[in-house]
Amino acid sequence: MSRYLLKRTIMSIITLWTIVTITFFLMHSIPGDPFRKEGKMPVSVYENLLKKYGLDRPLSEQYVIYLKNLLKGDFGDSMKSKVETVNDMIRRGFPVSAYLGLEALLIALVFGPALGALAALYQNKLPDYISMIIAIIGISVPSFIMGTVLIQFVAKNVSWIPIGGWGEFRHTILPAIALSLMPLAYMARLMRSSMLEVLNQDYIKTATSKGISKSAVILKHAVRNAILPIISVLGTLISNLLVGSFVIEKIFGIPGLGKFFVQSINNRDYTLIMGTTIFYAIILIVLLLLVDVAYIFIDPRIKLTKEGR
Amino acid sequence: MDNNLSSIKDLSPDLFQPALKEDRDSDRIRRPSIKYWPDVWRRLKQNRLAMVGLSIIIIMLFMSIFGPLFNKFSYYEQNYDLINNHPDTVHWFGTDELGRDLFTRVWFGARYSLIIGVLAATIDFIIGVIYGGLSGMATRRIDNIMMRIAEVVYSIPYLLIVILLSVAFSSEGAGTSMFVLILAMTLTDWVPMAILVRGQVLQLKESEYSLAAESLGASKGWILRKHIIPNTMGPILVNITLTIPRAIFAEATLGFLGLGFQAPRSSLGSLANDGLAGIAVGNAYQIIIPALFISLIMFAFNVLGDGLRDALDPRLRK
Repeated sequence: MSRYLLKRTIMSIITLWTIVTITFFLMHSIPGDPFRKEGKMPVSVYENLLKKYGLDRPLSEQYVIYLKNLLKGDFGDSMKSKVETVNDMIRRGFPVSAYLGLEALLIALVFGPALGALAALYQNKLPDYISMIIAIIGISVPSFIMGTVLIQFVAKNVSWIPIGGWGEFRHTILPAIALSLMPLAYMARLMRSSMLEVLNQDYIKTATSKGISKSAVILKHAVRNAILPIISVLGTLISNLLVGSFVIEKIFGIPGLGKFFVQSINNRDYTLIMGTTIFYAIILIVLLLLVDVAYIFIDPRIKLTKEGR
Repeated sequence: MDNNLSSIKDLSPDLFQPALKEDRDSDRIRRPSIKYWPDVWRRLKQNRLAMVGLSIIIIMLFMSIFGPLFNKFSYYEQNYDLINNHPDTVHWFGTDELGRDLFTRVWFGARYSLIIGVLAATIDFIIGVIYGGLSGMATRRIDNIMMRIAEVVYSIPYLLIVILLSVAFSSEGAGTSMFVLILAMTLTDWVPMAILVRGQVLQLKESEYSLAAESLGASKGWILRKHIIPNTMGPILVNITLTIPRAIFAEATLGFLGLGFQAPRSSLGSLANDGLAGIAVGNAYQIIIPALFISLIMFAFNVLGDGLRDALDPRLRK
């Protein structure tokens, strides 16, 4: 068990290091440097700028410095913003993104498995069709389209739901729904097939023949077992949520990390691109690790086989 | 007893008569045996949703090739007298803010989206089969190392790396080239295919027919190419049909973030991005039409992939 944990942690660190390295060298392989274009500046100013950002040193040295700073939790300065460092932007943007992401995750976690379970219980009946239609829509309609459709048909007609912006709970409703639909649909589909499989198991028949009420059989025996596969894909879904938020934040004008990321791409603010990418990667990989570890604790069968090795 | 035959030589020829023709045919297999792929196709045909998906794909393919020929407008032609023209009998899907015909642009966009999806899936397929095949046939130690590498590659967030590469390899304002887009999409996405192929190889190389081929002196490479890979085509095909929409989705998202093709060329994603501005001024059709087509393509490939998976699943076979 602890050996497995150690192995997973080491793998995660290697992955993170790979991402940091790829990101660093990609961003430094771009021809030209960020200050050339900024009008005509005196040579001395230009050289001072290069020196300030350490761009006058050899690349390998810059890489080592960047790694050291990262270990201290310092993502560096933004090349375009004069007043804020990348850390400031992350500190400002991340809570907003995290709030939105958690709200979306909550919606998906409540309605996704519920829809899937309902579909399985009423296989090939109306609830099944309805929930599968929702699932198909959720998977085929990208979140940026869902977002615009929601603005067009909901925000424009319902006066208390704003088109965009941030600050109150009502601002979060539409973006969270748009963001949650894909994971929701995915979970519903997964839950339906795993629930169908569980319902055919012998222990369900045993429980029913013991005279346990139908709702108790479903809640205590079927759902608890059927929900396991969902936990295993939770990491991927959270990763989808995080990345999906780039687009959603752009549409709804939400001042989250995703908006900074998109902005940094459009401004070609390389240090900010690097910083946000690496920050996203850290969040994702830590979450994946946590999900994997949680899965071991939840599913006893995995613990046994891991220990047996 | 008289009619009790005491020995074989008492049998006279007139006790026998020729067998009837029908009786001779009784143990012949009358129906043609159904081979693997026709059988899959037969079961796929029964899945109405998958057939809808297949029809949409065929129509989309046809229209993305010939659709722009259906009217006289080109995808780059600007007409400032007819900007933001709502759909009518001349411009079936309306025009954009530069007066370009959206019907033509949508089919051109669909063409690029489909090309990207198919190319990305093909490259994933090639890399995945080679990597997975090698890993599966290699010694346990090498297999282990190869799989760890694949795991690290796969935990790099897909869309993040796609965005990063598009930023790095496209000069400002020039848009992203097709080559970079495909490279970015296949960089991490070959891994599920490789893992799938490896799993199948590990399983199938223990099969009787692999053993038979081996005992007849076939080399490992021959067994892999001629026996194992053909038998893995089913799951591979399912994976391909699910890779295509993922690539199309990633490309659409890139286009939407302003990292797509250079204007006037466009994909469905960049068309949707261009149309976003139209919402505020009452030209919602400019985003809804491309959005509808993205969704249709995603829908079609997803249901086809699901249908194929069901058709190939031996547990559902009766």
